[in-house]
Amino acid sequence: MEEKLLVSFWPHIQDRVSTKRIMWTVFLSLIPSGIAGVYFFGLHALLLIFISIFTAIITEAIIQFLRKKEITISDGSAALTGLLVAYNLSPAVPFWIPMVGSFFAIAIAKQAFGGLGRNIFNPALSARVFLLLSWPKYMTSFIKPFSGFDTVSSATPLVLYKEANLNLSNMGLSYLDLFLGKRAGCIGEVAILWLLLGAVVLLFLRIITLHIPLSFLLSFSTLSWIFSKSGFFKGDVLFSLLTGGIILGAFFMATDYVSSPLTKKGKIIFGVGCGLLTFIIRRFSGYPEGVSFSILIMNAFVPLIDRYLKPNVYGKK
Amino acid sequence: MGKNNNLLKEFTKGIFKENPTFHIVLGLCPTLAITTSLGNALGMGIAVIFVLVFSNLVISSIRKIVPDKIRIPCFIVVIASFVTIVELLMQGYLPDLAKRLGIFLPLIVVNCIIMGRAEGFAKNHKVLPSIFDGLGMGLGFSLAILLIAGIREFLGTGKLLGRTVFLGFSPSAVFILPPGALLTLGLLLCLFKKLKKEG
Repeated sequence: MEEKLLVSFWPHIQDRVSTKRIMWTVFLSLIPSGIAGVYFFGLHALLLIFISIFTAIITEAIIQFLRKKEITISDGSAALTGLLVAYNLSPAVPFWIPMVGSFFAIAIAKQAFGGLGRNIFNPALSARVFLLLSWPKYMTSFIKPFSGFDTVSSATPLVLYKEANLNLSNMGLSYLDLFLGKRAGCIGEVAILWLLLGAVVLLFLRIITLHIPLSFLLSFSTLSWIFSKSGFFKGDVLFSLLTGGIILGAFFMATDYVSSPLTKKGKIIFGVGCGLLTFIIRRFSGYPEGVSFSILIMNAFVPLIDRYLKPNVYGKK
Repeated sequence: MGKNNNLLKEFTKGIFKENPTFHIVLGLCPTLAITTSLGNALGMGIAVIFVLVFSNLVISSIRKIVPDKIRIPCFIVVIASFVTIVELLMQGYLPDLAKRLGIFLPLIVVNCIIMGRAEGFAKNHKVLPSIFDGLGMGLGFSLAILLIAGIREFLGTGKLLGRTVFLGFSPSAVFILPPGALLTLGLLLCLFKKLKKEG
């Protein structure tokens, strides 16, 4: 039976906001990007998304049952994690990858830490990094959009930029292609237009605030503009922002309530840290993309940031 | 009869009840670093059992003549001698294994389990119980790293002792990388704690 009065953390205000509402709203706001991904990469991508969500929900239910806790799969947090795991996969991975990924996200990254609200690291990103380190062969082979049944493998723009030193016109792409998502990449990260639309909805409903995404994107753009591969102040900011998973990461992953700081100042520090680390990883490391690593690293700093920026209790010096 | 029981207790406590890896959580450096394969873990386990038994034996027999103030350096000298013996033997007879264990072989000198048993047990106990304590603790450590190494080698490479177990199994490379070590150890610690709670 659902309780009539839910009392959350103080300060108290009467509201309709609940975990369930928030989770399902975020879930819905991510759907357009997924539809675009399926449109570009075919039905295999759709199956991956379904398998991932299904595994996440089943895993959560089984573990909550085994831990003799209330089974809370209807609050949508497991479904959302499953969705985000799938969005972070290449559309060409075999079906067991999202299964292992979602299982890891829920069982290890979330439930082993104590369940929703206690996970230090973003579960979906932990799963992505686990998969990336485990099966780099599958996780880093991407396909061309609209390649139908005879999937044509293709490197992502970031890989082409980093390893083959190509620029946008050499790749045969335009900024519009990148914006609409007509490029090789993960299922849910390519359609920037639809991601931004979802983000606007979330911002409008005040489910997320601009602090993290804005400081993330601004610090990242500034750094990649100044210290670019082709010389000082020559970076292609638009290219950097439209490729890789930075939009998905900044608006939907870094803003995860549980694993991001509570205060506004903390959020800005968190965002700037993410931007800095993403820039460093993209520019100097062996990996073409660093959004997931940087968010996870900053997740580890969240308790420290929160402790340092704890607001004073009123009346206390 | 009672004396034998006591010796048995000193021996068995290290295996489960006071397991140096899962209960006292000591000696994590080799536990995390060399558990990438069962072979490595076996070599490290045998080396640690040897050093632990003999260092406990010697330290226990000199416990009354070592001045308290300089006991730590004295213990270190004893431990280091046995580690040098193991290292030279291994380099002589098992050069491949010695190469794979690398720096972690000489580092047994500073393995906290050995120092911990010297300080916590051999220093205050007679020779025979100390030997059994060393044997049990060494065995407990070996079983723990064999368990971790077995899980990591199987999941990380699909092999056990270098032999393929299943065909068509796609190994999860993260388990032979450092994160895999921490992940495996963390989950085993949870499991161990739960088993202990339930008695």
